[in-house]
Amino acid sequence: MKYVDEFRARDLAEKLARQIAHEARPDQDYHFMEFCGGHTHAIFRYGVQDLMPDNVEFVHGPGCPVCVLPVRRLDDAVELAEKFGVILCTYGDMMRVPGTKQRSLIRAKADGADVRMIYSTQDALKIARENPDREVVFFAIGFETTTPPTAVAILQAEAEGLKNFSVFCNHVLTPAAIAHLLDSDDFAPDGPARIDGFLGPSHVSTVIGSKPYEGAAEKYDKPVVIAGFEPLDVMQSVLMLIRQVNEGRHEVENEYTRVVTREGNKKAQALVDKVLEVRDDFEWRGLGTVAFSALKIRDAYAFFDAEKRFDVSEKRSRETKSCECPAILRGVKKPTECKLFGTVCTPDNPMGSCMVSSEGACAAYWTYGRFRDGNKTGAKRPEAAE
Amino acid sequence: MNALERPARLTGSVDMTHGGGGRAMADLIRDLFQRHLSNAFLDQGNDAALLPAETGRLVVSTDGHVISPLFFPGGDIGSLSVHGTLNDVAMAGAKPLYLTAGFILEEGFPLADLERIVISMATAAREAGVPIVTGDTKVVEKGKGDGVFITTTGVGTVPDGVEISAKRVKPGQAVLISGSIGDHGVAILSKRENLEFETEIRSDSAALHTLVAAMVEAVPGIAMLRDPTRGGLSATLNEIAHAAQIGMKLDEAAIPLKPDVHAACELLGLDPLNVANEGKLICICEAGDAEKLLAVMRAHPKGADAAIIGHVVEDDACLIQMETGFGGARVVDWLAGEQLPRIC
Repeated sequence: MKYVDEFRARDLAEKLARQIAHEARPDQDYHFMEFCGGHTHAIFRYGVQDLMPDNVEFVHGPGCPVCVLPVRRLDDAVELAEKFGVILCTYGDMMRVPGTKQRSLIRAKADGADVRMIYSTQDALKIARENPDREVVFFAIGFETTTPPTAVAILQAEAEGLKNFSVFCNHVLTPAAIAHLLDSDDFAPDGPARIDGFLGPSHVSTVIGSKPYEGAAEKYDKPVVIAGFEPLDVMQSVLMLIRQVNEGRHEVENEYTRVVTREGNKKAQALVDKVLEVRDDFEWRGLGTVAFSALKIRDAYAFFDAEKRFDVSEKRSRETKSCECPAILRGVKKPTECKLFGTVCTPDNPMGSCMVSSEGACAAYWTYGRFRDGNKTGAKRPEAAE
Repeated sequence: MNALERPARLTGSVDMTHGGGGRAMADLIRDLFQRHLSNAFLDQGNDAALLPAETGRLVVSTDGHVISPLFFPGGDIGSLSVHGTLNDVAMAGAKPLYLTAGFILEEGFPLADLERIVISMATAAREAGVPIVTGDTKVVEKGKGDGVFITTTGVGTVPDGVEISAKRVKPGQAVLISGSIGDHGVAILSKRENLEFETEIRSDSAALHTLVAAMVEAVPGIAMLRDPTRGGLSATLNEIAHAAQIGMKLDEAAIPLKPDVHAACELLGLDPLNVANEGKLICICEAGDAEKLLAVMRAHPKGADAAIIGHVVEDDACLIQMETGFGGARVVDWLAGEQLPRIC
């Protein structure tokens, strides 16, 4: 396939692998966090780890929008669908995430709630137009990549006078999370994960640019390389990170130049800024409460804010006991270090969000990588390519 | 002119009288089903079709079809209900002989659409050379069905010496596929109301029994045949691996995939390995027979893009492992539930 195969070319991968092995110093370990679930997915799906020398390790980050949504917000969504009888429009991944007492949207749907899986905000608007006598709520989740479409949907609803459409806004921000991960005081007793550098978000950066990471790179002395989602992008970015570490640099570099600029997409930023504003703080699964890390709907558009339109109740939401999603999302633990992994928690019966989304580290380990070290299935790693 | 010869009433839509056992039902059967599906067995007009006894081993398979949308590029529920069951019978290495069809119609379903579906079934059955010998029609109230559901049953005979069974799958054997993966699932997804592509991807819905006949004639010792329908290639291979208590090693670069299907899957965040097929088969045979079988498959129009995609290995964990086109390794897992698109 044109414009895709080029970034998955085996001969180039082998060449890059040799270069990485050559430049990685044998007396040093390299721990690089891929922030995005998209990178985690690519690393496992293409077997990128197999092309890395033993002293280069990927630490899986929290950049999976489904994974970091706290249970309470999911419980709120279930309540919107069940108690308030709205048509709840959600992206597919969110359907299977278990909330308190394993209650998920897919269970609520089976019990009669009107939950609809959509592919874009435009689908939610269409459903609102077609059901003028029903309240339609769009369950907005995601990082900066998905915020402009949410902003546009609200502006469209306003322009069309769609009175039955509102947004349950759960958009979160990447740079705040990266800084939070590096703040050593916050994660007693485990402390923060060891991270020598970041593979920076690709799609997020198309919107916000590479500039917003410069503060964290400078403050915490960590190199960041904005990396595309194709496997060759990941490998090239690892090489760039190794070079920065070796040379003692901690800059924001951009491997994904075919799409990302330093300034980002100004038009998209302006649209988001018109409709949404930064929250003082927001709860993340795994990271706890993070200051200035999420967006809410501005007062000028309060009419479209589901949190204001519906009086959702205070809840005592609970994570599944023993689920290590929080430590896994911070990169402190690996999925295989969770007691539930592969025993009671599998994609068939997920106990935590990281096992649901294909971008979650647990799902990636289970789906693509369970022959690797530390697996519980007893299977062996495949022989090297012949 | 007797009462049964009154004109057809194929305008309008299905109503409760069409399932009531009265004259309206008799009219529908005669003017629609019998008219298009006519053959010597169906035309006996009895409750049960009287068929000549067969010698040897019989196979029988049944399959319900509830697809939405009913009409899609490359087929419709009618042709699909014929192909699907013919293929299930053929996957026993059998020659399909007869089909039956049961219809559940929803009140209000347009009769013109029903006729289109029945004509499509008739065409598919005629092309396959397998008659639909008996059938049934029921009508349910509006809201209790989704237009039309069709259940078909197929009967066939297995040639002597052919033993298709997961129990015969052993390490060292070769894994073959008859063509490109994911065409049907992507064609259906692209037609569902909320997804539209500019280019039309067509379902691969097709009857595979003549391909199977050529294969078992050339290599009667084929160990396993299976059509990778729901859940795609990954589900089918995992089912076989668990049934046979073996693992498999695949070569991603060898798995045929059309560029437009690949592109649609990229866009939707789907893995083509998990996407449904309706005109493809997986074959597992002794390694020494693989090249011969591949040549036979490629010589048949339904197997022109056939490929050897991997081999069977010993593995207590029954994993399907794959060397990726990129040069790494991964597991090919089956899906937990329905394949859902990723978010970003």
